Amino acid sequence: MSAIVLNEVDPKKRRTLVIGGCALGAVAGAAVAVPFIGSMFPSERAKAAGAPVEYAIDKIEPGQLVTVEYRGAPHWIIRRTPEMIAQLAKNDALLADPASDGSKQPAVAKNPNRSIKPEIFVVKGVCTHLGCSPTYRKELAPADLGADWPGGFFCPCHQSKFDMAGRVFKGMPAPKNLDITAYRFEGDNTVVIDADAKEA
Amino acid sequence: MSNTIKQPIEPPIAGPAGKLIVWVDQRFPLMSLWNEHLAQYYAPKNFNFWYYFGSLAMLVLVMQIVTGIFLTMNYKPDAKYAFASVEYIMRDVSFGWLIRYMHSTGASMFFLVVYLHMMRGLMYGSYRKPRELLWIFGCMIYLALMAEAFFGYLLPWGQMSYWGAQVIINLFAAVPIIGEDLAIWIRGDFNIGDATLNRFFAFHVIALPLVLLGLVAAHIMALHEVGSNNPDGVEIKKDLDPKTGTPRDGIPFHPYYTVKDIVGVVVFLAIFSAIVFFAPEMGGYFLEKPNFEQADPLQTPAHIAPVWYFTPFYAMLRAVPSFLGSQFWGVAVMGAATLILFVLPWLDRGKVRSIRYRGPLYKRFLASFVVSFLILGYLGVVPTTVWGQVPHAIPVIGGIDTATIVSRILTAVYFAFFLLMPWYTKKDIPNEKPEPTRVTY
Repeated sequence: MSAIVLNEVDPKKRRTLVIGGCALGAVAGAAVAVPFIGSMFPSERAKAAGAPVEYAIDKIEPGQLVTVEYRGAPHWIIRRTPEMIAQLAKNDALLADPASDGSKQPAVAKNPNRSIKPEIFVVKGVCTHLGCSPTYRKELAPADLGADWPGGFFCPCHQSKFDMAGRVFKGMPAPKNLDITAYRFEGDNTVVIDADAKEA
Repeated sequence: MSNTIKQPIEPPIAGPAGKLIVWVDQRFPLMSLWNEHLAQYYAPKNFNFWYYFGSLAMLVLVMQIVTGIFLTMNYKPDAKYAFASVEYIMRDVSFGWLIRYMHSTGASMFFLVVYLHMMRGLMYGSYRKPRELLWIFGCMIYLALMAEAFFGYLLPWGQMSYWGAQVIINLFAAVPIIGEDLAIWIRGDFNIGDATLNRFFAFHVIALPLVLLGLVAAHIMALHEVGSNNPDGVEIKKDLDPKTGTPRDGIPFHPYYTVKDIVGVVVFLAIFSAIVFFAPEMGGYFLEKPNFEQADPLQTPAHIAPVWYFTPFYAMLRAVPSFLGSQFWGVAVMGAATLILFVLPWLDRGKVRSIRYRGPLYKRFLASFVVSFLILGYLGVVPTTVWGQVPHAIPVIGGIDTATIVSRILTAVYFAFFLLMPWYTKKDIPNEKPEPTRVTY
């Protein structure tokens, strides 16, 4: 290398080039990050999946729970017995959100039974805490849940407890009642779960 | 790089091998690297049992990478085929069972040696100045290792894989405002599915191993810059031999500690093999029973718990109730429990490093910290009903579980160890044994 003569170095120009180059590089870096981050969002195929599901409810026995898969998540259809419905009214003092004000459900199901028809209960079977699927514990006062258990759902992951209308009890890890996905009846015997449905 | 032409070294050994070393050294910094990191890296001569775990962690890392490469040769990262391909590895691939058991046992043993390695750092104050950055690299390795283990656990696509991932990803959904979209972005779908499995495979086999290797290199470079601490916590570089200029209390890492570590490796591999051959599932602690069933998005297993190395944090998560209509608090506590490790060097105001010369207050706090961590680890494995219920006056459905109350207290003890540290390390009455000027052994 021939001599680098100090007075031939233009520090101002060097600074401009470094700052300009880095600034352009940062813009390019941010622009390139968009497609990479974007590629991790659900694909068009994943978004397209999720047509409404229909279920014929006439075969469901009183007290029976049926699990239906809708958009990859378990949804339950339960035919509640009159005793179950009667019990719901007595739970209020024990519940965190008895009127479902802070919970997610279609307006037609925002009532103490959290359903369109009192006996048919349709709910997304996913705990509002961290997404496990609770177990159906309709029996009263089982040994593991205590003498005061009024029937409902028990999450095996973090022990959140819900009543027969999916309403969360006080002091549980779950902050809200179970979500209710929009659904409708087609005739008397078919339930259609369809989150995008317009509310009738 | 030096601007002068490098003179050939004297051949370290006779014969053609010595000539080869000279040839390579002319073209690559062979001898200077060897000397800097092994033959002339002086380590304190009083290392004890606790100093095995750093090199053992490196050994396990290498084993995980090698067994992992061979597992990918037969594994299929596809929600339809993943579970069956693991069964195929276990039943039909020659020695597939052995390679997979080495990998699954390696995961648990990795955490075991890393926890013991961290315990050593806590006891002897190895995080103290000037080793703060060394400690921080270590904490980053621990976080990367947790992520690596979590991503890997989804791959067999068993029930525990699926629901464990469901819970952990939903931790992110608890973040206020952006949480829901963040969880969808992580999953790549509205529920855990093929997209999630595929990307977790990518993270597990390439992204995080690269991060881990980089961090391990940084950890060792930082260690060799500041030098190793020791059970007495005294700085060996303060006392140099005037003739050689090397620490009087130091011995070259090679051959002294390479030989010591080889003995440690032999014992470790004997234990490791015993687990691989006789108890690879470790009674459901290393490989959980529900994971022998294929993932079912509609049915959560009756009792779910993470693998043992995550259970202390899981117990904390479970102990924190929801508050103000959000479950974020439990998540925040769990996150804080790991992140608080990073600031440890600045919380400790003690005059000495090693527990040997600390006062009784520090010892009590450390002991209660360790006990809390272990009991939380146990409580994270079992259902919260394990210890029955406490009497209570307020109406709470199902009562208040004793284990939940105990978990809350122990979580407080865990944090007290860190948050009160500036106070108790300063207040502590001196030990009757003063810190020596030179190492003891």
